[in-house]
Amino acid sequence: MAAMMLNAMRRCSLRPSWAMRFGACSLSTTTQLQAQVQTKSKKTLARPGVKNIVLVEGVRTPFLLSGTTYADLMPHDLARAALQGLLNRTNLPKDAVDYIIYGTVIQEVKTSNVAREAALGAGFSDKIPAHTVTMACISSNQAMTTGAGLIAAGQCDAIVAGGVEFMSDVPIRHSRKMRKTMLSLSRAKTLGQRLGLIGSIRLAHLTPELPAVAEFSTAETMGHSADRLAAAFGVSRLEQDEFALRSHTLAKKAQDDGLLQDVISFKVPGRDIVSKDNGIRPSSMEQLKKLKPAFIKPHGTVTAANSSFLTDGASAVLIMSEEKALAMGYKPKAYLRDFVYVSQDPKDQLLLGPTYGTPKALERAGLSMSDIDVFEFHEAFAGQIMANLKAMDSDWFAQTYMGRKTKVGTPPIEKFNLWGGSLSLGHPFGATGCRLVTTVAHRLQKEGGQYGLVAACAAGGQGHAMVIEAYPQ
Amino acid sequence: MCCRFGDLYKECCDDDCNYVSFALIFLFTGNNFRTFSMAPALLARTHVNYEVKGDVAVVRINDPSSKVNTLSVQMQREMTEVMNEVWANNAVQSAVLISSKPGCFIAGADINMIQACNSPEEVTTLSQEGQKMFERIENSPKPVVAAINGSCLGGGLEFAIACQYRVATKSKKTVLGTPEVMLGLLPGAGGTQRLPKMLGLPSAFDMMLTGRNIRADKAKKMGLVDQLVDPLGPGLKSPEERTIDYLEEVAIECARGIVSKKIPLRKEKGRMQKIQDHIMSYGFVRNQIYKTVHGKVMKQSKGLYPAPLKIIEVISICNSSLCEANVTHFHGCFQNFGELAKTSESAALIGLYHGQVACKKNRFGTPQKEVKTLAILGAGLMGAGIAQVTVDKGVHTVLKDTAVAGLARGEQQVYKGLNDKTRKKNITSFQRDSILSNLTGQLDYRGFENADMVIEAVFEDINIKHAVLKEVEAVVSPHCIFASNTSALPIKDIAAASKRPDKVIGMHYFSPVDKMQLLEIISTDQTSKDTIASAVAVGLKQGKVIIVVGDGPGFYTTRCLAPMLAEAVRVLQEGVDPKKLDGLTTSFGFPVGAATLADEVGIDVAAHVAEDLGKAFGSRFGGGNVEVLKTMVDLGFKGRKSGKGCYVYQPGLKTKEVNPDIGDILEKYRITPNPAVSSDSDVQYRLVSRFVNEAVMCLQEGILNGPLEGDIGAVFGLGFPPCLGGPFRFVDSFGADKLVEKMRRFEAVYGNHFTPCQLLLDHANDSSKKFHK
Repeated sequence: MAAMMLNAMRRCSLRPSWAMRFGACSLSTTTQLQAQVQTKSKKTLARPGVKNIVLVEGVRTPFLLSGTTYADLMPHDLARAALQGLLNRTNLPKDAVDYIIYGTVIQEVKTSNVAREAALGAGFSDKIPAHTVTMACISSNQAMTTGAGLIAAGQCDAIVAGGVEFMSDVPIRHSRKMRKTMLSLSRAKTLGQRLGLIGSIRLAHLTPELPAVAEFSTAETMGHSADRLAAAFGVSRLEQDEFALRSHTLAKKAQDDGLLQDVISFKVPGRDIVSKDNGIRPSSMEQLKKLKPAFIKPHGTVTAANSSFLTDGASAVLIMSEEKALAMGYKPKAYLRDFVYVSQDPKDQLLLGPTYGTPKALERAGLSMSDIDVFEFHEAFAGQIMANLKAMDSDWFAQTYMGRKTKVGTPPIEKFNLWGGSLSLGHPFGATGCRLVTTVAHRLQKEGGQYGLVAACAAGGQGHAMVIEAYPQ
Repeated sequence: MCCRFGDLYKECCDDDCNYVSFALIFLFTGNNFRTFSMAPALLARTHVNYEVKGDVAVVRINDPSSKVNTLSVQMQREMTEVMNEVWANNAVQSAVLISSKPGCFIAGADINMIQACNSPEEVTTLSQEGQKMFERIENSPKPVVAAINGSCLGGGLEFAIACQYRVATKSKKTVLGTPEVMLGLLPGAGGTQRLPKMLGLPSAFDMMLTGRNIRADKAKKMGLVDQLVDPLGPGLKSPEERTIDYLEEVAIECARGIVSKKIPLRKEKGRMQKIQDHIMSYGFVRNQIYKTVHGKVMKQSKGLYPAPLKIIEVISICNSSLCEANVTHFHGCFQNFGELAKTSESAALIGLYHGQVACKKNRFGTPQKEVKTLAILGAGLMGAGIAQVTVDKGVHTVLKDTAVAGLARGEQQVYKGLNDKTRKKNITSFQRDSILSNLTGQLDYRGFENADMVIEAVFEDINIKHAVLKEVEAVVSPHCIFASNTSALPIKDIAAASKRPDKVIGMHYFSPVDKMQLLEIISTDQTSKDTIASAVAVGLKQGKVIIVVGDGPGFYTTRCLAPMLAEAVRVLQEGVDPKKLDGLTTSFGFPVGAATLADEVGIDVAAHVAEDLGKAFGSRFGGGNVEVLKTMVDLGFKGRKSGKGCYVYQPGLKTKEVNPDIGDILEKYRITPNPAVSSDSDVQYRLVSRFVNEAVMCLQEGILNGPLEGDIGAVFGLGFPPCLGGPFRFVDSFGADKLVEKMRRFEAVYGNHFTPCQLLLDHANDSSKKFHK
């Protein structure tokens, strides 16, 4: 209710020019003015007493199917490439940022703080602290919002946030028994003790331990859960295949039209220069139809083609306070506005993050679904997207599970993931969040919209949504 | 409700446990039949309906008058009608059979329908009728797919296996089984023929002789179901509704797949299966199996239960090569079913089943305040056991002890109980951890002001009990109930120290708490109704079968057990070896022998109780010399917990030897047996008649609410032979007059230990008087 009133007040207020607004920004005492500033068509989301945080630039390495050209690298190499790309694009002095944050999911044990290793390797000043965050598929979202928090709190003015995932190589461990024996071996003092320990090794000790693909709390793999979710919302195989095909078709078009400006070229050591995502494969419904279900057999609906694939890739964004960006002579791309993190039942609602996150983020920003011009949702599975759309369109679901009076409402499909999505571009877990935000900024610029919405689901039954506002052209 | 019984059952039935230990299992188990009075035949169909979806007929079962579906007369009639229409409809190519109830496919035959039959012939006809329909389904030209969600038991399972294909949900509520043996029956509608063909002899025997519930994933592995469907979460409908819809959708696809021959009905057999089948094709191999199984059943059941023996017999006849041609053999199966249904054992087991259902209800109504925080004093075997059965029911459980070591041991016991479930894959490690987050271990009374109930499980000493009662009352809120887990101290004596005796009650658990189903609740004259209602509600939540009894020394169970153990000690003093004593008791039907039972209870506890009750009841409770027990305790022979008692217990060893040192003790207290009352049979009746007489006396004195609770308490708490149905049913079937006659003979030798009580005499004098109608 309060939000609605505030909203109405904003709408009624006067419309001073943008120039006035910028003047106001640099003066911390004139916050009153800020609230009244509006664009030609829609109000701005700037709020009294809250710093404006801007996205200056966002880049990413090409997202490649794991096991292809990046196969021999290490995670920090990819992150390094993204950071260097960001430096090149922005001409940012190497000591001009205050902090570097990276998101990643499957950690390489040698570089567990991959943010620091990548920053050093990319030539950033060694005086810039860096830390790594992890929150499954929304890890780089968490990196960005952590940065935004540091800026809002007045701790920092310029942040580099990013994400990296490298699925071509994952840590495969010795079995627990073997590790125990090996650790005891390192503590053994006499030859006799050592020989005894070596003698205790059995064949079973040598079975390796792969990184878990299943949800820890429920022991269910995500694909399995997605298939159940699709079934729960009555999403058909056809709907999923159609959505997957749409994603690939749109991605192909965006790639061909040169819209994916965030992709940087990367000379892979010992290999060629890579400058394009290689997972975009528009195919035909007939071909998609032929595939067998990948998780629930034989009657499941989630297949390899309507799921996102294992991807290598890294992304990076430069986030600043508006004053700092302007002071450094940058032309920001967008404002990062209200965001939320949500979480729910990791078993039956594992991938419903967007449904829960979207209305909360919109309410915070005082916006409604129809205000949004650009939607970028993370496409983990076609079935997951369709299930979320159906959940958002259901009064019953909203009332029974979300404590809302009415349904959330569905994003219009003509504004939804128009340049492809994780299904087609690829989904390096830790890096996708920055891609979504950068894509929204670019689409807002290209399409002339004012507000964009990012939403994503993540393992653990978590989710994220963020409102992004176009920076005035 | 059904599934809860099922879960309990699963918990106590190890995969490796011997598959004929049904007598013991009965102590720990429930089963899933439910009954209702027969509805008058209506013109409109109320139980079975169908809908044609394209070329598939979806047949839906839903008994409107009950929570579960049973194969009642009406259900069978409507099913036949519907199937006839399906077969006659040319547009229909196949059928799906599904229940509209979320937690139940078909829970079995209607027990009342069977009990209402007056003769074995009538039951035989009933069984034949059912089988006839299943046979038509089996031979149906249009494939029938059973879509199973929830319990699929007994006749329900026999129905499902008559279908061409089975799809089941992986839900926890989905269990398949043939629990007939636990009611003294056999699968009477084709299970004995179809299961061995489907699963092979060993698995079929396992299912039918243990009656255990099989979860969907295991059923798939065994080949009992063909396809699994995952239960769904919330979507556009409630999870339960949507899961049934989804199951139906998948089953329809399967039905179409079978018609279009995309899904083969004959599965390619694996090499192992082929080899096994080949071996089984030899008659002598099969006979050897029958012999082995028969031997095991005899060993476990002592031949006291006719049902498992009949099952073996029927299987061996029906699976001989003659069977398919020989109709008379087939007919024999039904006859056996009819005969079994009218045995006293079956009546006893069905009586126990009904009793158990009755004792799973709260006849005191809903308590005013739900117990959300339960504190337990004493983290010993008992206290931790109570915590174990409470913490996983969403109740915040506080476990308090006075020493760190004791507390650590207790918490470890709770952890181990849950971890064992994790290892058996009943729960995930995550569920284990989140359940454990409800447990608080502590040494002080911090937070007791939030407790809704405190159960004390401290040492059995009235002074200690009074001390903790006062400590607790000083810290708890006024509504908090104080329950004492004592096995013999009168509750009114404990309540004497209380400021609010209306909130004091007895809750007598049995060890091991997580395995033993019984809870004996003791109310005094001062205990309020609401306090009783609350205690029963907690017990039900813990999954217990509950009897509520009046206050008095030893209440009901301990009071019945004490004279029997006194007699057992006398028998030992008379020179009977503990092993022989165990043999005599087990061959009477007790799942645990008297000597072993004393070790399990604890010799110290037995001595304590014998002394206390001896004081309370005088010479009637005499028999063996209490000094025997006391000397054993002095020497450290406290039973299983101390490693030595009547037997020597070594960790890891399954067989146990008689403790060589007790020979000297028994020699010291040696009595010369009177040969007139020392035959094996006499020894058995000496033990049993004292038990039974005391039980009847408890009813006479109003300790017991009725004979039903008396039977349940004796069977589930003390292991009274399930095949006899409890002391009261035993008096009914054995004859009070015959029992009194035996007791008079013993009385002549031993005196008032064997004096029959008045109520028993009344029944002896009037043969029309029965405890159970």
